[in-house]
Amino acid sequence: MHIPDGFLDAKTAIATGVLSFAGLGFALREARRTLPPGKIPLLGLSAAFVFAAQMLNFPVAGGTSGHMVGGVLVAALLGPSAGVIVLSSVLIVQCFMFADGGITALGANILNMGIMGAVVGWMIYALLSRFIPGLFGRIVAAVVAAWISTVLAAILCAGELAASGTVPWGIAFPAMAGIHMLIGIGEGVITALVLASIGATRPELLLRPASAEVPSARPYRSILVFGFIAAMGLALFVSPFACPWPDGLDKAAETLGFKDKEAEQRAIPAPVTDYKMPGIGSDAVATSIAGAVGTVVVFGGAWLLARSLVPKAKTANVESEPPST
Amino acid sequence: MHSPQHPRHSPDSAPHRLPAAAKFLLAMAVIAFSLFCPRGHFGYLLIPAAALLFMALPSRIRPWVLLKRLVLYEYFVLGAGIMVLFQPDGPMRLSVLLARCTLCLLAMILFTHSTPFGDILRLFGQLRMPRLLVTTLALMHRYIFVLSDETSRMRRARAARTFSPRRRLAWRTLSTIIGQLFIRASDRAQRIYEAMRARGWEGLP
Repeated sequence: MHIPDGFLDAKTAIATGVLSFAGLGFALREARRTLPPGKIPLLGLSAAFVFAAQMLNFPVAGGTSGHMVGGVLVAALLGPSAGVIVLSSVLIVQCFMFADGGITALGANILNMGIMGAVVGWMIYALLSRFIPGLFGRIVAAVVAAWISTVLAAILCAGELAASGTVPWGIAFPAMAGIHMLIGIGEGVITALVLASIGATRPELLLRPASAEVPSARPYRSILVFGFIAAMGLALFVSPFACPWPDGLDKAAETLGFKDKEAEQRAIPAPVTDYKMPGIGSDAVATSIAGAVGTVVVFGGAWLLARSLVPKAKTANVESEPPST
Repeated sequence: MHSPQHPRHSPDSAPHRLPAAAKFLLAMAVIAFSLFCPRGHFGYLLIPAAALLFMALPSRIRPWVLLKRLVLYEYFVLGAGIMVLFQPDGPMRLSVLLARCTLCLLAMILFTHSTPFGDILRLFGQLRMPRLLVTTLALMHRYIFVLSDETSRMRRARAARTFSPRRRLAWRTLSTIIGQLFIRASDRAQRIYEAMRARGWEGLP
């Protein structure tokens, strides 16, 4: 989901840049305040870990393969602020060392994958694992969180592409959300399997109070700030399209100064924006319903997966040695 | 793992010796020019293309390597390109998008291939990026190849010991490798911390 250069226009690039700059800055300040000095090298090593883990290809049907993104995994293991720093580092290195992901889209990529993908995922994970106890609860929570956050990140990405005028919302939203509802299942299953394997060999890395950060240090502050940034992202790039008021978008386009693009579109005999409106609406509604149904289905699947993983992990611990390699 | 940034790979040429800041500004200029050039005027795109060619020729990066990396990262462009095609003037939009993306990608590929990441880190430091982030990036740069090699070693070890696994088992073994990788990384982080303390490190200033 790395957006390359050329897909975002100036206003989207600047808005996402400001939001992720604020998010990363806050994460760094929080980490300076709450992270014990002994955990500072863990940030760099975790970033290298995410990078190395993304090299492993998981076979999917039909000869294709995919890899883990690891946002929720890292946020679940290290906590929200450390998670944002680790994932931003991964994205910065991928941009500056491997030219993967555009430099003008770096802000959008950090916002989508670091803040939306990982921190919002962590919030769902922390909330769910509070209600369902033990390793079992953590696995259920991780699957649901990974799925929801993957889909949310894709929706935000679609919103950014649509706000830039690259791909219209009516195409980008169903395509991105639909594909990532499937990808999110893979991400959720991998996250669950990895957490189960860590829980089987080194449960103390997992069953701490959900973060490497000092627990007493006002956790609601980071939830508030990261939640606000994620909500701002959704409000800026998704709500103008999701709301049934096309005037709002026109107005925004006018004030933000891409009216010439609008004019360019109007010059075409049958403006897509007008006659496709009912189609877009029903497509979006269908996708939203699919999302709601999907969440319930994923929750049920997560429950079954966790059930099959946890007792097995326990017996494996007793019967044979944990895999040493 | 093949990468221009791998410590074993250190070519030398005129562009490699330029200061990182200059190369970064040049890459940014090319990217800005390609992004802001008016739509439908392909002629303008020749200017950044010429600048790139001017940088690429003396850098002695083999064209085949450039092309391979370009194709590797063009997947998103093509994936999103399919969505672009559904619009009324799709082919036109797609060709503009492809031209812009290719130029920007080439600029970044040339920049990253001719600038060691250590120089980029020093540039980040000069730009007053927070110390914690620079430290994290530096440690990541140091251990990225160590952990990548460790991953392929674990994968090779697994392949040597098991027969061709079924798909479900493949997912479990791969996930176990990732889990092990995290455990090893966090143990290594602990040892690094102790080594840093032993050398007199007392937290970030």
